[in-house]
This record gives sequence, C-alpha cells and structure tokens, in this order.
Amino acid sequence: MLRFIGRRLLQAMFVLLIISVISFMIQDKLGDPVQQMVGQSVPQQDRLALQQDLGLNDPLLVQYGRFLGRALQGDLGTSYYYKEATLDIILSRLPATLELSFSALVLVILLATPLGVVAAIHPKSLLSRAILIFSTLGLSVPIFIVAVFLMYFFAIEWRLLPSFGRGETTWVMGLWQSGLFNKDGLLHLLLPSFSLAFVLTPMFIRLIRAEMIDALQSEYIRYAWSKGISASRIYFVHALKNTMLPVITVAGIQVGTLVAYTILTESIFQWPGMGLLFMEAVTRVDVPLISAYLMVVGVIFVVTNTVVDLVYSLVNPRVRLPGYGS
Amino acid sequence: MSLLKLENLSVTFGNFRAVDQISYSVNEGEVLGIVGESGSGKSVSSLSLMGLIDYPGKVSADQLTFMDQDLLSMPEAQRRKITGSDIAMIFQDPMTSLNPCFTVGYQIIEALKTHQGGTKKELKHRAIELLTLVGIPAPESRLSAYPHQLSGGMSQRVMIAIAIACNPKLLIADEPTTALDVTIQAQIIDLLIDLQKEKQMGLVLITHDLALVAEVAHRVIVMYAGQIVESGPASEVFSAPKHPYTQALLASLPESAAGRARLQALPGVVPGQYDRPKGCLLSPRCPYVTDHCRNVEPTSQGSLERQVKCHTPLNTQGRPAA
Ligand SMILES: Nc1ncnc2c1ncn2[C@@H]1O[C@H](COP(=O)(O)OP(=O)(O)O)[C@@H](O)[C@H]1O
Ligand SMILES: [Mg+2]
Repeated sequence: MLRFIGRRLLQAMFVLLIISVISFMIQDKLGDPVQQMVGQSVPQQDRLALQQDLGLNDPLLVQYGRFLGRALQGDLGTSYYYKEATLDIILSRLPATLELSFSALVLVILLATPLGVVAAIHPKSLLSRAILIFSTLGLSVPIFIVAVFLMYFFAIEWRLLPSFGRGETTWVMGLWQSGLFNKDGLLHLLLPSFSLAFVLTPMFIRLIRAEMIDALQSEYIRYAWSKGISASRIYFVHALKNTMLPVITVAGIQVGTLVAYTILTESIFQWPGMGLLFMEAVTRVDVPLISAYLMVVGVIFVVTNTVVDLVYSLVNPRVRLPGYGS
Repeated sequence: MSLLKLENLSVTFGNFRAVDQISYSVNEGEVLGIVGESGSGKSVSSLSLMGLIDYPGKVSADQLTFMDQDLLSMPEAQRRKITGSDIAMIFQDPMTSLNPCFTVGYQIIEALKTHQGGTKKELKHRAIELLTLVGIPAPESRLSAYPHQLSGGMSQRVMIAIAIACNPKLLIADEPTTALDVTIQAQIIDLLIDLQKEKQMGLVLITHDLALVAEVAHRVIVMYAGQIVESGPASEVFSAPKHPYTQALLASLPESAAGRARLQALPGVVPGQYDRPKGCLLSPRCPYVTDHCRNVEPTSQGSLERQVKCHTPLNTQGRPAA
C-alpha cells in the first residue's frame, strides 16, 4: 500500500514538472516581456539593459530553474494588465469556478444516475431508448449551443433566471467568497451549472448504464434474487453500489474536465471565475496570467486525480494497480 | 410427505429446450442427488424452481408444487416470500455469488430481515448464531468482513448460513463444492449433510461426484441433455443401472477402472443447442445404439420412483434387455 501511494505521488510530481515546463515555455516564447513592460518609446540600449537585468540572456535551463524556484514559493509572475501577482488574482477567482464546477458535477450525478439506472433495468423500453438517444445526441451537441439555448429561453424569453454574473455573494470565514448561501447567488448559479453539467451528463448516463448492466448480469445479483429480497433492494442497493464505485472514480477524474470547460461557460454567462479571467488574459495577451492559469489548472487536475486514485484504493481494497496489491 | 413435486417441467430459451419434460419429487428430510455432465440442465432446472429464469427463458410444467401450493400460478409476491425462506439455494461459486460491496453480516442480516424481521440486536445475535452453526471461527469479528477477505471455503460456509437462516424446508445446493479446493470439499459436504439431518430439510444435491451421491443420497436422478434418463433409489441405480448413460458414468469412475490403464469414458460431449440429434439424444454416443434409437425418441418407462428413458433398458447383467 505504501509503495502504491509512493508511486502515485511520484507520478503526480512528474506530471506537475511537465506542466511547469510548458508554462515556462509559454511565458518565455509568447510575446516580448520587455516590450510589454516598457512600451514603444524606450530606446534600444535601455531595452537591452532591461533584458539583461531580467535574466533573459541567461541559458534557458538557468531561466527555467529560476522560474521553477519562484513557482515553488508561490510566485507565478506578475500580470501585465493588473500589475498584481498572478497567483493572487487567480486564487481570488477560484471560489467562483470551483462552486460552478462542483454544482455541475452534483447535477451530473443527480441527473445521470436515475436515467442510467432506468436505461439499464429495462433496456428495451421506450423510455430507455429515449434516454439513449438523448445521451447520444447530447454527446455531439457543443456546450455553447446548450448554454445559449438555456439563456435564451430561461433568461430572455421567460425572464425566470438571471443570465449573467454571479449575483450576491457572501464571505465564508473571511476566506471564501461564496454564492451558495443566498437565493440570488443560487439563482445565478442555475443556468451556468446546468449548461456545464450538460458536458458530462450524456457520458455519465452511458457509463452508469453500462456499469449497471454489467452488475445486473453478475452472479451476485442472481444470488440476491434467490434470497427473496425485493426488486428495489436488488436494483438500488445491490446493483447500484457496485455501479457507483467506478462511476465515482470517473467523476473525480472529470472534475478536471469540468474546470477546463468553465472557460466556455464562464465566458457565455460572464461568470467571474478563472475561466473568464483566462479568456480576458488571452485577449489582452497577458502572458504571465495565461501561464499561471495553466499551472493552477494543471495542479487542480493532478491533485484531484491523485486523491481520487488514493481514496478509491482505500474504499475498494480489491482494486489496486497491478503489481502493487496487498 | 412430498415437499416438492414437478411434472413435465421444461425450460426453453427460444427453440432450445435446456430442460426437457422432467418429473421428480422430493420428500421431507430426503436427500435427492442430481448427476450429469456439464450442460445437461442441472442448474437451469434448479433455477427454475426458484423462479430465477430470466426473460427470454420460459418455464412450463404440468405441475410444479411446493407443499401442495402451485408455484407457477401463485402471485409473484407470494412466490418471492417462499423464495429464500422455505426454499433456499446455495450456488456453485461462493466468491462471485456474495456481493463484493457488502459485509458478511449485512448479507446475512438482510436475509433475516426480509423474511423474519426483528430488532437490530436480535438480528445481529442471530447472525452470529448462524455463523457459529456453520463452523466459522470468531463469528463476531467475521460479521464485518467483506467477501474478498474470506477464503472460498469460508465464503461457502457463509452462503450456507444465509441459506439456512430462515429454516428452509427445501435446500437446493448446485455443485456446492465444485469451486473449492479438494481438501475443503469434504468438510463442506459434511456440514451440509449434518445440517440436513438436524433440520430434517429436503436437500437437492447437484454434483459431479457419483461416489458422494452414492454415499449420501436417498434417491438419485441422472440427467442428460436436459432430460432425466434414469432415476430411482440411489442404491438400486448404482448397483443395477438401467440406462446405458448411467452405466457409462459409473464405468468412468476411477474405482471401476480396476487395474485398467485408462478410465473408460463415453466418446463425444452433451449435444448443445444446435446439434441435438433426432431420436434418442444419447444415440450418437451410446454403445448399444440401434436404428430404432436413432429415429424414435424413447419415452420414460416405469414409475416416478424408478424411471428410465431408454428403448432397451439394461438388465441386471448390464446388457440391453431386448
Ligand atoms: N440464459 C440462457 N440462455 C440460453 N441457454 C442457456 C441459458 N442458461 C443455460 N443455457 C443452456 O442450457 C443448458 C443447460 O445448462 P446448465 O443447466 O447450466 O447445465 P449444468 O448445470 O447441468 O452444467 C446448456 O446448454 C446451456 O448452454
Ligand atoms: Mg451447473
């Protein structure tokens, strides 16, 4: 077990290192920092001097070492536009994005579980076919179409829900700016989180359906029937528990995907999170901010994946990576 | 008194008759052995007794009664009440039959709760009692164990505990030791037979092990390709088999090899869905086959007590009668 954890952590470090290299390359190769800092009017000698001062003439490896050293101390550079530490800017937007991703994930599970289960129990019924068609179509409809549709009907046509922004927020323990604790914030959350949930719901319906069909064909389900217990217990206790273990793992891993998709959702709904920040940074060619965003999202990816793997191996001791059992 | 009675029970999957018009009965406190090669319909027939044949499989019978209640016509809810309490079943592979996601205690208590009820404390107490009864050491601590933490033999004991939890009148054990180590097999069988005697249950014991059947069964049924080819009191069937298939099964035992270098075996395999012959199903493999056998299917002769399905049953010398 210790060996398994050790190996998993080592892998995580390695991936983080690669992400840092990519971030570094972007910062180094995209745009000209000197130009960004001093503008047009400064004479050529001063520029060269500044280049020297900034260490831009050092060998690449030395520059990377410096970048990594700073990154480890939490210094991911300074935004050209905001003139503030990029990490601080991103972290101030993190709660909005995490709340959006988390509620989307909850919606995905709440929507996909009953649909997937129904489609597995009565695979030939009309309802199951409808669910399958929906999930197939859903896989191929891009998220911005869904988002624009939802916005058009619920916000513009019927005026039921706000169409942009995060609404009212409250500070939780002085650390976290949350929109989950008041009605206005929750109303604002509805459209964006439903749109974002749409990215994963079709896939999860299929996953849950497939896992459930597998479970229902297993010997332990036949045995459960032989014990005379009720059909609902067999479906929703015996089969569903076996179904949800792998599903929850995938859900954990997909947190990363959701965070990535927030770029689109947040842009459409002007949701003041990291994704919107990133889009703005791209239009302003705010290279340090872009590179810092990549680092932060990379860390989120790696951390969630690693945690999910470790938790899963604890919850389900039968499943260990090959060769690292017992 | 007869506990279970079936007459011309068939199970079909589409055109394929996995179980073909079988008739037998089990009395209270009786051990009925069912033997036959793999694929001869032993499992399917016992699953049909439990009401566990899934669509598109179809079960039909002229009679299928348990304690004089018609199992086929009774309401589903009533049948589900009998299933797992009055009729219980033990499956072949305990490692895949117990649900991997739930503890041993949970799975035992679930059976108790479904059919008997009781307070949490009573249920737990009863579960510990059951584990003790099936010879599991430190039963209290086993309650919180997951199936994968138990050995095959232990898991099979747990399944037996669940099966007897609600004091069944009839217990069906489908090859209960096939998946276990040879060293464990005898222990599990001993446990089953002890429990059967103690509780005077009817026991349907499905097995490949003819020697075992000869030892513990009162009566025996020999199945081939979904049909009962011979049945009768165990001692009679084994000492004077009337069907060529039974004779061949007995000849294939190591005990009867008596110094010969090779065990005797019938050539060929049980015909499956697509290669069922015309006439007698054994005809391609039978050493005594005649043209008549190849063309006309024999009917069951004799009584329910001693049936044989052969045109030319063997006489006491082990030769075709006519
Ligand atoms: N669900 C099913 N659909 C179609 N055929 C089946 C099904 N279950 C079992 N069979 C067939 O029924 C026959 C009898 O199987 P089974 O009762 O398991 O044999 P046994 O237990 O004697 O080894 C086999 O030919 C098997 O392939
Ligand atoms: Mg079988």
